[in-house]
Amino acid sequence: MSRPTPAPATGAKPKLKTSAMIASIAGEGQRTKAAPFGNALVELGKSREDIVGLTADLAKYTDLHIFAKAYPDRFYQMGMAEQLLMGAASGLAHEGFTPFVTTYAVFASRRAYDFVHQTIAEENRNVKIVCALPGLTSGYGPSHQAAEDLALFRAMPNLMVIDPCDAHEIEQAVPAIAAHNGPVYMRLLRGNVPLVLDEYDYSFELGKAKLLRDGADVLVVSSGIMTMRALEVATMLERDKVDVAVLHVPTIKPLDTATILREAGRSGRLVVVAENHTVIGGLGEAVAGALLRAGVHPPFRQIGLPDEFLDAGALPTLHDRYGISANAMAASIKGWLG
Amino acid sequence: MTTTAIGHNTHLAERAYRIRRNALLMGEVQGQGYIGQALDIADVLAVSYFHAMRYRPAEPEWEGRDRFMLSNGHYAIALYAALIEAGIIPQEELETYGSDDSRLPMSGMASYTPGMEMSGGSLGLGLSLAVGRCLGLKRKGSDARVYTLFSDGELDEGSVWEAILSAAHWKLDNLIAIVDVNNQQADGPSTQVMAFEPLTDKLAAFGWFVQRVDGNDLDAVVAAFDAAKSCPDPKPRMIVCDTKMGKGVPFLEAREKNHFIRVDAHEWQLALDALDAGRTA
Ligand SMILES: Cc1ncc(C[n+]2csc(CCOP(=O)(O)OP(=O)(O)O)c2C)c(N)n1
Ligand SMILES: [Mg+2]
Repeated sequence: MSRPTPAPATGAKPKLKTSAMIASIAGEGQRTKAAPFGNALVELGKSREDIVGLTADLAKYTDLHIFAKAYPDRFYQMGMAEQLLMGAASGLAHEGFTPFVTTYAVFASRRAYDFVHQTIAEENRNVKIVCALPGLTSGYGPSHQAAEDLALFRAMPNLMVIDPCDAHEIEQAVPAIAAHNGPVYMRLLRGNVPLVLDEYDYSFELGKAKLLRDGADVLVVSSGIMTMRALEVATMLERDKVDVAVLHVPTIKPLDTATILREAGRSGRLVVVAENHTVIGGLGEAVAGALLRAGVHPPFRQIGLPDEFLDAGALPTLHDRYGISANAMAASIKGWLG
Repeated sequence: MTTTAIGHNTHLAERAYRIRRNALLMGEVQGQGYIGQALDIADVLAVSYFHAMRYRPAEPEWEGRDRFMLSNGHYAIALYAALIEAGIIPQEELETYGSDDSRLPMSGMASYTPGMEMSGGSLGLGLSLAVGRCLGLKRKGSDARVYTLFSDGELDEGSVWEAILSAAHWKLDNLIAIVDVNNQQADGPSTQVMAFEPLTDKLAAFGWFVQRVDGNDLDAVVAAFDAAKSCPDPKPRMIVCDTKMGKGVPFLEAREKNHFIRVDAHEWQLALDALDAGRTA
């Protein structure tokens, strides 16, 4: 049942095409900022002594090690035990603290789902679950590709779900989710994180979708890194005289239905929802449901990961293969416009 | 010698050397890989594949084979190195390691690779799967054994202890579990990340036949596998292997301990040279 023997490698060594676990999502020459989450949490920790940090053997890989270094007595290493991580965070929250817990998105959503559901969401505890490797941001294969985290967590009552785009947004989202009294799941970009939204006069507001650029032909509704891609695609398509608007929706739940209906209701535009997530149960279907319920029926398309276990491989290869690279996205949109 | 072996185990030392060499060659292809772990576990794999286990290289899914379950999927580079040495994967395929569309992805998955019995990557799954394989083999009346390798970081996962409880409950004497205590996990030394000692006492208290050996001492590893196979008790068997990351390449052994040991581009050849030097010494 294994795969066919591949043709032998020819020519230069294929070094760049690696199925590494942690690959940078920053494009070449792109502006980045180091560890926006870890640094923002340290900053916030100065005034919020109730904030504690917990991880399941992934502090270094979620930038929480920066918080651990700044406040060693407010950091709990729980070992590689994601279920324990969630239960213990709930307990700390019950005693009045505000835990920020980190692991990879796959392990929070899959390994620890019932623990999040029962101990955090059902009890409505003030726990912030912040998870690296969202969607397809690892070349490691399904074990590390969180293609369905948004669907799983959207389905959980009480839980707020955030999918930030870049370093600028993460910095602003950290104090915002801490100020909200209740459980939150936030996707995390770590390491050297792209910096994009600071050029758009943008500020993060919990629960708000924001139009980053207007356009007459296509409305892209997107979250997370797909907003970065959408902005790139909008620039690419200018050359083809296609005018693309980009509506960024970092809060997946609760959804800013009013803004989405207002923008999608403007006539004459193809609506394309783009997400770094399976097309099942994420932003695309959330938006589709909102539109249908309101009787708003624009031409509608989805860009997202297919309903299958994704390959291992180099991220650029995989993003092209599954249609979420800027090039693939631009080609899809042009195809739909005909 | 890179690893100690007296008398008849010298052929295993040669196998272990070649497993290490294959792993370094794969690391060189990608400029990265869990090479510290591959080097620490090479001796255990040599004993598994060239002393303890029953299998047919040309027929990796032969029904009568002993099953080898790699729970710690990030050790795939080490298992590929052993599967190549065992003739289950062709030597040439080594060059595709970690590349797009290769059968040798960085994290081990059953659907990709002949001889890979499970999809790892998400840690803490192997022992549960092994319990099921053992129950299934017994149910079929098979005398095949299940070997499962897992890592000390996995000892943190609750699922591992569920399986440990269960294997003893079901008296799975066809299970030989091996835990690699390299005292390393993602955030630091395993014993500091989450204290798990005294490990042997805990496992014995859970009803296992437990041995603890230097996992880089081939004679000791051979003796432990032999004893695990011949033990008459109706108990699952655990071999706790204390290992040294980077074993066999002195400058990697000495490098600051890290879950992902960095090796610079020019160092792969140096590592191969160092390994060769140890072989002839
Ligand atoms: C369930 C799960 N949680 C977290 C991780 C992320 N992770 C990958 S390797 C690792 C360390 C595991 O310990 P060990 O295998 O002993 O590490 P090593 O000896 O290879 O350094 C962690 C936490 C994972 N792969 N699976
Ligand atoms: Mg370890």
